[in-house]
Amino acid sequence: MRRIARALWIAFAVLAAVPAFALGVDPPLPDPGQEARAIEIHKALRCLVCQNQSIHDSNAGLAVDLRRIVRERIQAGDDDAQVVGYVVARYGDWVLLKPPLNVKTALLWGAPAILILLGIVTVRSFHRRNRALAAATPTPLSTHERKRLERLIGEDAP
Amino acid sequence: MRLGTVLPIAIFAALAVALGVGLTLNPREIPSALIDKPVPEFDLPPVAGKPLGLASRDLKAGEVALVNVFASWCVACREEHPLLMELARTKRVAVHGLNYKDAPSDAQRWLAEWGDPYARAGADRSGRVGIDFGVYGVPETFVVDGHGRIVLKHIGPIMPADLETKILPAVAKARAQR
Repeated sequence: MRRIARALWIAFAVLAAVPAFALGVDPPLPDPGQEARAIEIHKALRCLVCQNQSIHDSNAGLAVDLRRIVRERIQAGDDDAQVVGYVVARYGDWVLLKPPLNVKTALLWGAPAILILLGIVTVRSFHRRNRALAAATPTPLSTHERKRLERLIGEDAP
Repeated sequence: MRLGTVLPIAIFAALAVALGVGLTLNPREIPSALIDKPVPEFDLPPVAGKPLGLASRDLKAGEVALVNVFASWCVACREEHPLLMELARTKRVAVHGLNYKDAPSDAQRWLAEWGDPYARAGADRSGRVGIDFGVYGVPETFVVDGHGRIVLKHIGPIMPADLETKILPAVAKARAQR
């Protein structure tokens, strides 16, 4: 009985591990340091077919090909920037999951700062107006208004 | 009207217009990095059964041409195929084929079945030349001027409207500039 249970556990573990093989089907580079660099680059490059995945996460044919090219360039002695440049030269800045800072993306990168500044200006102007309202001395009531007020209060009194 | 009233409405209107325009764009269309750049250097053997392969020097011979990336496994390629056949028949512009990641026998059978519009057709079995061209979805079509410079890239099947409003005008412009 115990042996069957153990066999079942092993079978379960093996089956559970299958999805792990689904990624990383391609042969890794022999040098672990180079392979680690390749993986980091893979994670930074967008898969063009599935768009919101990196080529590391995707098994589309093109992603597999691009992973192989990244490994080839690393083995050929390119540094990380050269490898990324090789892919960008063919597919444009669009393949970078983290867009570079340039004229076209200045608004994208600047937007958070601009929005925070706008928020600060808005909050301060509201604040200032509220304080001005609170500080202002109200115009005194006219005799007519005072009479009316007294009448209203008088009516409410028990 | 006070600024405090106008400003939020103005910001909302600007956002609505910007996002509205964004909705009409096709997120699948990625601007090519190769526009106005020379074609990559390559030299491909012919597709099985065809006499002429395709190399970068063929695109520098002075004639404006289309380079159509196709594959037998590509369903959308069949959609544009009659249009390419028509172009080849009327000889409005030379059409070359780049057979992307295809088995030779499949490509040969496909051209036999649906017709062969290509003056030259190179077999890119590994897909490396396709990657050098920045290909990410077949079919794609490049307009190359006679000096091997890419002037236009069309992604997806060519519809008649694309041909008339995008591709042929680009061909005419490239011819005029020669």
